[in-house]
Amino acid sequence: MSQHYPALLVIVPLLSALLISIVGWLNKRFCFPIAVAALSVSLYSSVGLLLRVMDEKVILYFLGGWDPPWGIAYSVDHLSALVLVVVSVVALLNLIATQKSVEQEFSEKIGAFYTLYLLLITGLLGIVVTGDAFNLYVLLEITALTGYGLIAMGEDRAPLASLNYVYMGTIGACFYLLGIGYLYISTGSLNMTNISSILPGLYDSKVVLAAFIICIVGVFLKMAFFPLHAWLPNAYTYAPSAVSSLVAPLMTKVMIYVMIRLMLTVFTPAFTFSNLALSNSVVWLAVIAISMGAVLALGARDMKKMLCYVVIAEVGYMVGGAWLGNRAGMTGAILHIANDALMTLCVFLAVGNIVYKVRGYAFEDLKGMFRKMPYTMTGLVAGALSMIGVPPTCGFFSKWYLISGGIQAGQYGFVAALVFSSLINAVLFFRIIEIGYYEPFGADHGHGSSPVRMAEAPLTMVVPLLIVAGGLVMMGVYTGDIITHIIEPIIPPAIGN
Amino acid sequence: METIISIKPLIAVLVSICAVPLLILSKRSNIRETWTFVAAGAKFLIIISMLPAILNGNQIVYTLAEVVPGAAIKFRVDPLGMLFALVASSLWILTSAYSIGYMRKLKEHSQTRYFCFFALALSATIGVAFAANLLTLYLFYEMLSLATYPLVTHHQDKEGRASGRKYLTYILGTSIGLLLPAMIISYNVAGTLEFANQGFLAGTCSKGLVTMLLVFFIFGFAKAAIMPFHGWLPAAMVAPTPVSALLHAVAVVKVGVFSIVRVLTGVFGIELLSTLDLGLVICVAASFTIIVASLIALTQDNLKRLLAFSTIGQLSYIVLGVGLLSPKGMTGGILHIAMHAFGKITLFFCAGAIFVATGKRNISEMVGIGKRMPLTMAAFFIASLSIIGLPPTGGFWSKWYLVLGSLEAHQIAVLVVLLTSSLLNAAYFMPVVYKAFFCTPEESMFEDKVQEAPAFCLVPLMITAFVTVMFFFYPQPFFRLATMVVKGITGG
Repeated sequence: MSQHYPALLVIVPLLSALLISIVGWLNKRFCFPIAVAALSVSLYSSVGLLLRVMDEKVILYFLGGWDPPWGIAYSVDHLSALVLVVVSVVALLNLIATQKSVEQEFSEKIGAFYTLYLLLITGLLGIVVTGDAFNLYVLLEITALTGYGLIAMGEDRAPLASLNYVYMGTIGACFYLLGIGYLYISTGSLNMTNISSILPGLYDSKVVLAAFIICIVGVFLKMAFFPLHAWLPNAYTYAPSAVSSLVAPLMTKVMIYVMIRLMLTVFTPAFTFSNLALSNSVVWLAVIAISMGAVLALGARDMKKMLCYVVIAEVGYMVGGAWLGNRAGMTGAILHIANDALMTLCVFLAVGNIVYKVRGYAFEDLKGMFRKMPYTMTGLVAGALSMIGVPPTCGFFSKWYLISGGIQAGQYGFVAALVFSSLINAVLFFRIIEIGYYEPFGADHGHGSSPVRMAEAPLTMVVPLLIVAGGLVMMGVYTGDIITHIIEPIIPPAIGN
Repeated sequence: METIISIKPLIAVLVSICAVPLLILSKRSNIRETWTFVAAGAKFLIIISMLPAILNGNQIVYTLAEVVPGAAIKFRVDPLGMLFALVASSLWILTSAYSIGYMRKLKEHSQTRYFCFFALALSATIGVAFAANLLTLYLFYEMLSLATYPLVTHHQDKEGRASGRKYLTYILGTSIGLLLPAMIISYNVAGTLEFANQGFLAGTCSKGLVTMLLVFFIFGFAKAAIMPFHGWLPAAMVAPTPVSALLHAVAVVKVGVFSIVRVLTGVFGIELLSTLDLGLVICVAASFTIIVASLIALTQDNLKRLLAFSTIGQLSYIVLGVGLLSPKGMTGGILHIAMHAFGKITLFFCAGAIFVATGKRNISEMVGIGKRMPLTMAAFFIASLSIIGLPPTGGFWSKWYLVLGSLEAHQIAVLVVLLTSSLLNAAYFMPVVYKAFFCTPEESMFEDKVQEAPAFCLVPLMITAFVTVMFFFYPQPFFRLATMVVKGITGG
């Protein structure tokens, strides 16, 4: 059984998605349990894979028994196992937490929603598990197409935002495909391990250089790396809250994974950091991404838009960290994939709960929120502290490694950008907290009871949120273990201190 | 010197966090207050139980988790931490009693929230006191900033919001903007964050970098309110008075200076500072703060604001004492952590008692109050003597050692600063006392009838005033601890 984990984790949600689309016609009540069951299997397999990877280093799985380079190979190492667990945890928790909000927002489309939801997760898990560069493109498109559909289910402006996303996303995917085409021309292979063993002799080739750059630009577009971010804020803001809290934590993070995969596995660190004299420029782009993300977030007038810009800044964290070219930076970037997914989920779930109760996510809708929804606000505060980087939440520790990497690489611009963004995050989140805590102002400075009564979201929404909030602290406390057991083996020795 | 591994420091830190669920679940306020006392008492007893081992020259260590290689969440109880923990935990008991009197008499809202965050703040304070490395210290330092935010802004009105904003801007802004980078840079150059008696930075970086780190650390701990990062302290006086008393005379601000002392001795090391001649930088910043804060205090009419500026000045005494880099100066500075705490908390308690009993906040409205509240004002007089540094109060000893230290270090300018400041302290405190007692019946603003604040308010302030006097005759165990700290640092 356990040798089939890599296939199970993709195939179960895929088949369940088809099943749901049929069951959805018959009885809508069955859709949700099937989805939960499917994602539980994925989660179980991912955790199983992570445990196995710690012993066996790399797990290869040949789909249909066809050997590479002809067949499609799934390959799981520490990096993919880590991201698999992150994706399946986030997907499952979000599924449970948003059940009520899905019923409230589009009760007539439940079947379609869960079908797309599972297909999206299939795509994301597939991207992470596959060892085939072209297969990755296919799964990328599955993810993107389902993503467009899910986002378009949102409020009035969602279809337009989704259309914009379609254009940009397609361009990004095309770039990636074009790059893979070049690689195929020069190496004759699509299997990642195969490509990377053939490539070193071709590193001087202009085609390979072009392939790398085109792939990376495509991935940058997909992950909304500033200045290629313009599609993200509207798409994620106007999406239904159940979708925002799924795509915001996962889509950009999985694309970071793809970038690191390209940098470390398909190409070698030596090529990425030495042959190409790009590190410096990309880190500076990251500095701009972080700073602009922070500044644009300051200008946002509602919570979802604000969080979207924070996500854009966080993408800058990870891209910058990965391109610093030292162990600390790479450790920070990989650690931040997990941490950022969790804390983004936390804040988006909290916003989702608020939307569920007050049907709005503008700053004014937060008035009296600490009295009205104390548990949701506790979750929001926990997420906020992690985003600001207050220990012992996990956000602090990934920032710690990123800043260390910046100092070791002498990239003080990057260090300054991280500190700046932390400060701006503090301003952003305390501005929200202030509204929830002080307003509406009482007549006699808060004495006497305020008219606001407690009206918390249902338990199925609050409990997952608090689990995620607790997870932020747990992840922080166990940072040391995560790094020594999972992240250290990912980074090739070629990347020095 | 023995190292004892024991879980006691962790329990001492956690005991008040553990009380929080009990506080929330308590149905009746009397039960809730009982839990506060139980937690406060337990905390104090655990800390006291570690005292003999520390006085015998041992230290107590406990490692919770190795989070980052070379920087664990780790506790270590040494004389300096012990001294601070003793002060904070003993005063928490008194402040809890005082809070009950104050909050109930004024019928304040959200009392449960108030007591919960108070307990959290105390956990954080003890965490800072027992932190074995910079990471743990930073963790609890930030926790304290966040736990005190709802206390400072307790009234939840427009003024509270403005002050809360100022509070967070100064405290979080400096800790993220200056402290965090300084900590990570230190970690990257030295490979450790563990406090050592001689510091861990010596020989690892250039003079320029050391100077930069020093500036980052001194101003990064904005809780120490060294100018120009002092603005939050007067603003935070909008808080209910027990909060001002414990947090803004004892816990929060003392955490600031304590952290600075810890970093100067445990990160830089006295030797490194004196070879690079950096004590002067510290002395100049501290002396400037002392004089300017005292001058501003002269102009204040609001009693709590006056006390706030007085606190700003007094905190810099502690930094100055260590900045002198002479054994006697350091003894004086460290002793001042305890002496100033008891004196200043008495003064805040008095200000609160006056507000509870009469509703007055301004000094100009307190003419003749000595006849109305003689016990309170007597306590106020004793405590102000301690702040000025006159016998028979504990404040005399810390000033005495500071003066000796400045002579030992041949810093006549510092001596002048200390003496000028004492005169200024007298100049802003004595008129308050004088007008309270000596006025013609026509000038008096109060009826000639004794009417003190509730017993819950009155008794704690009398106890602290009494302790202030007692410290003159018997300054133990603080004096002993302070000399042990200095011995450990200077190695002799």
